[in-house]
Amino acid sequence: MNFFEMFAEYAPIFLKATWVTLSLTAVALVFAGILGAGVAAMAMSRIAPLKWLAAGFIGLIRGTPLIAQLFLLYFGLSSIVVLDKFWAGAIALGVHNSAYIAEIIRSGFQSVPKGLVEAARSLGMSRERTLRRVQAPLAFRAILPVLGSQFIIAVKDSSLVAFIGLTELFRTAQNTAAATYKPLSTYAIVSVYYLAIVLVLTAVVNRMEKRLGRHKS
Amino acid sequence: MPDSENNPDQSAQDRFLAGDADKGESIVQLRGVTKKFGETVVFSDVDLEVGVSEVVVLIGPSGAGKSTLLRCVNGLEEITSGEIVVAGQTLSYDQKHLNRIRSRIGMVFQSFNLFPHMSVTENIAVAQRDVLGRGKDEAIQKAHSLLERVGLSHKADAYPGSLSGGQQQRVAIARALAMDPAVMLFDEPTSALDPELVGEVLAVMKDLAEEGMTMMCVTHEMRFARRVADRVVLIADHGIAEQGPPDQVLDHPVTERAQHFLSELSDH
Ligand SMILES: Nc1ncnc2c1ncn2[C@@H]1O[C@H](COP(=O)(O)OP(=O)(O)OP(=O)(O)O)[C@@H](O)[C@H]1O
Ligand SMILES: [Mg+2]
Repeated sequence: MNFFEMFAEYAPIFLKATWVTLSLTAVALVFAGILGAGVAAMAMSRIAPLKWLAAGFIGLIRGTPLIAQLFLLYFGLSSIVVLDKFWAGAIALGVHNSAYIAEIIRSGFQSVPKGLVEAARSLGMSRERTLRRVQAPLAFRAILPVLGSQFIIAVKDSSLVAFIGLTELFRTAQNTAAATYKPLSTYAIVSVYYLAIVLVLTAVVNRMEKRLGRHKS
Repeated sequence: MPDSENNPDQSAQDRFLAGDADKGESIVQLRGVTKKFGETVVFSDVDLEVGVSEVVVLIGPSGAGKSTLLRCVNGLEEITSGEIVVAGQTLSYDQKHLNRIRSRIGMVFQSFNLFPHMSVTENIAVAQRDVLGRGKDEAIQKAHSLLERVGLSHKADAYPGSLSGGQQQRVAIARALAMDPAVMLFDEPTSALDPELVGEVLAVMKDLAEEGMTMMCVTHEMRFARRVADRVVLIADHGIAEQGPPDQVLDHPVTERAQHFLSELSDH
């Protein structure tokens, strides 16, 4: 059985696993987006304790490996609560990404030139109007490409959830390699799947960017 | 919210627009204004009045506080003590009040600060709609007539990124004028421009002055100051070092500070 025959034979189970990987990542990213936006709002607020809290959260999450966070949540808490593998994975991946997303959002807003805010305020626009009309749309344009790269990282990082036993793409590859004694073909195959997901995601982000950026000079 | 109908601060300009402006009435008054950043005093106890239709040019060495003074007038900087009155209203830092008074003060920045994600027309229309509550058609019509006035009708649908610096600054002036301001503040409006583009912006400002706009303008363009200013104010040493008609301050300064500053200028 050559690579292509194997690819075809194992396509059904890998496609099924792709669905698990995609839904796991999607749930995690929705969660990460909401949490990340909240943390970013705290980081940008004028209230010092909120800022510290956000900075502490971001520092802690970014300073520790995802696999440790995942194991802590799944195995570490097992004496208190046994989480479903999918949800443990989604929460760990979500919390992990929320710290990065918070930083991305914060720096996106920071990239909006102060002069534009002052120009809006000088016209009599309120803080809220300025946020809605000027800061948010410009920050979004700055955030989008970086967010796209973070999403790509998240797809690939979701493979770590294999190590708590969730049968997503990477776990499926591990199982297949063990059963067939063909690790080279198997891991090549799974890489093709990840690559395909990443390429599609990249194309989507590029398109959105083009649409938003078409007015620029 | 179009609340200008029964707004007392409208009176000065209304009378001016009606053609019987009292030249003695002042639109901007600074009374004993002190501004500090922390412990650093930028200027202290400054008194300054700008009359209706008066053009005041502010000059002075770098770091003297010219920008800060302008920014205090529209509340971008909070003053430490004293009082600022604009169009009859004492500036307070209550957000609602500040937003209302700011809508009557036009500000033009050195770096243009046009909104890059909006077309030229949208740049001029957005605050008319959001702040003054004008309808879409009215705001666009006003934008187009102002664009004509600054000679940029053909750029109505362009985006700021595709315009030259001089064009951007003229749009910024139109954007400020769209609010029907009682006074226009200019902070070095031509300093970021290539020399060949300075003229077109100064020409627009000169027209404005001739049409009776009240203006406070920080600039290093001495020719503009001579031709257009009613009064030149030298900001130095934490306050107003000298002021008077342009030919007096620029050619026959009385104070040593002014003589020193002007001699340094002509050295360069
Ligand atoms: N936000 C700020 N915080 C602290 N100090 C400031 C701030 N803004 C201005 N200053 C200081 O206040 C002083 C006056 O600055 P300002 O920008 O008003 O001067 P200027 O006369 O406009 O100078 P220039 O000709 O260089 O534009 C300077 O010493 C400056 O460093
Ligand atoms: Mg300045």
